[in-house]
Amino acid sequence: MKLKDLAEKMGWEIVVRNAPVEAEVKSGYASDLLSDVLANSIEGDLWVTRQTHLNIVAIAVMRDLSGILLSNGVKPDQETVEKAMEKMVPIFRTNLPTFEAVGRLYQLGISGER
Amino acid sequence: MIIEFEVSGQDFKKAGEASFEIKNRLKRLGLPPDIIRRIATATYEGELNVIIYAHKGKVRVCVEDKCVDVTIDDIGPGIPNIQLAMKEGYSTAPPHVKQLGYGSGMGLPNIKKNADWMEIRSEVNRGTNLRFKVNINNKEKA
Repeated sequence: MKLKDLAEKMGWEIVVRNAPVEAEVKSGYASDLLSDVLANSIEGDLWVTRQTHLNIVAIAVMRDLSGILLSNGVKPDQETVEKAMEKMVPIFRTNLPTFEAVGRLYQLGISGER
Repeated sequence: MIIEFEVSGQDFKKAGEASFEIKNRLKRLGLPPDIIRRIATATYEGELNVIIYAHKGKVRVCVEDKCVDVTIDDIGPGIPNIQLAMKEGYSTAPPHVKQLGYGSGMGLPNIKKNADWMEIRSEVNRGTNLRFKVNINNKEKA
């Protein structure tokens, strides 16, 4: 499913408006450890995390991730939003806890298999 | 082509600035995306190590015909036991770094995983020299 369709279906809040959302999302990765994501994410993953500081943008760029979903109702730092706009990284928010957010994605066929 | 960047220790706000620019330049050179991703990941890990542990450092990327050769030299405390530092899960990062989601002892192993060749030299109280190469035509790794 396309990132924009996922966001709409799931009711995520769009945090970064200028970023590309046409990418087809097939896989995801959930972790709050940036080192873990750097080592184990794959290209095109949607990354689910509750880390909000601006370094999450660099991780998404270096790993060619399709986007970031902030779970548990956390809000990104202002500088994170600015950096994401500059680097065109899509960021979304949900109030659902990570487990629930990931579970719903899994039901739509988004896999975490490596 | 040679690209050089200065990196300042403890400056987490600028983490990735060198790697962003290097990724862009490699993209403009038309290198395959998977090769660029491996170089960007390993360079970012190296850049982070300078920010986490060192006073300052320099990232130097040399694009050659058959490989991309990256050198990251820093002035800092050095690594007393490189073998231990290369062990997955071993880390000496302080709590404020771990809170950001870094410093879990995965960085150097991840550089090794993404590179085709890697070498670290270090002198305690002087600094660390990290060098790695990614072959441009090898698509078999990570």
